[in-house]
Amino acid sequence: MQPKPLALRILDIVALIVLGIATYMALNAPTERVMGEVQKVFYFHIGTAWTALLGFILAAVFSVVYLVTKDLKWDRLQVAAIEVSLVFFLITIVLGSIWARPAWNTWWTWDPRLTTAAVTELIYVAYFMLRQGIDDPDRRARFGAVYALVGGLSAPITFFAIRLFRTIHPVVIGGTNPEADGGFSMTADMRTAFFFGLFAFTIIFIDLFWNRIRLGDLQEKVEQLKLKVSM
Amino acid sequence: MFFQEATPDTSGYMIAGYAITFLVMALYVASMYLRSRNLNQDMTTLQELEKPAPPVQTFVKNEPKKSAASSGNNRSAKPVTKRARKKTP
Repeated sequence: MQPKPLALRILDIVALIVLGIATYMALNAPTERVMGEVQKVFYFHIGTAWTALLGFILAAVFSVVYLVTKDLKWDRLQVAAIEVSLVFFLITIVLGSIWARPAWNTWWTWDPRLTTAAVTELIYVAYFMLRQGIDDPDRRARFGAVYALVGGLSAPITFFAIRLFRTIHPVVIGGTNPEADGGFSMTADMRTAFFFGLFAFTIIFIDLFWNRIRLGDLQEKVEQLKLKVSM
Repeated sequence: MFFQEATPDTSGYMIAGYAITFLVMALYVASMYLRSRNLNQDMTTLQELEKPAPPVQTFVKNEPKKSAASSGNNRSAKPVTKRARKKTP
């Protein structure tokens, strides 16, 4: 494997630093009066959700580019985006569930937002299962691209679920939902922690995405070498 | 919970949330590191396999060196066929 580029090494360090600062800011943000300390998971919940949904949409864009160009480089970018997003979205769902226990008195409910989020996560778990089942790299990339393109629709559906359907999930940013349970208005300090959280998770996402692309490149080289040796 | 006067103590949930976040991210980074290490090992092995093997040399101990001409058993000579035998007087 080629040595890590200096820019990526710097990004690794920056990602760690911003994660530390985001954690510090989130823990030191004012405590919400009704929910208490558990409200502080909100900063990471939104940060991971934002980057994950963005990653799924990016993957759909890479799918289109792959289907047009047939260049396997775009397939590797797509896989990298989906894998990192899948991990981030898992964190989002788990954090949401932990928040829901004291706020809604249940770990899980089949609310439209929670349901669409769970479906999105499962769609992308199935994406990797589909890829595992296909040996031919071109065929695997083509099937993966079509699947990721269709699966990409689940990201905006999940995002707009709380704005389109009747739901108890609060809409903290850009909207009010009279039926929501657990909503709150942010103070200036909370807003700072919130926006820094978004920034921090975007940096972490870019860092992990870049690292995952390099891993994909290495995987590709090993596969090529295996073919060469077996001939 | 929302009809209570005092702020409830939900710090346990918050700690669990942050702990799980860091754990999941650490596991993912570790999985990437392990996959990368395994692929590098595979790469090294495959590169060694790809190299052309050196010619095999066998040495027999205490064998007297005989030139092909001096030893009557010249294997490089053409085999004697029936036609060749007829021609020879």
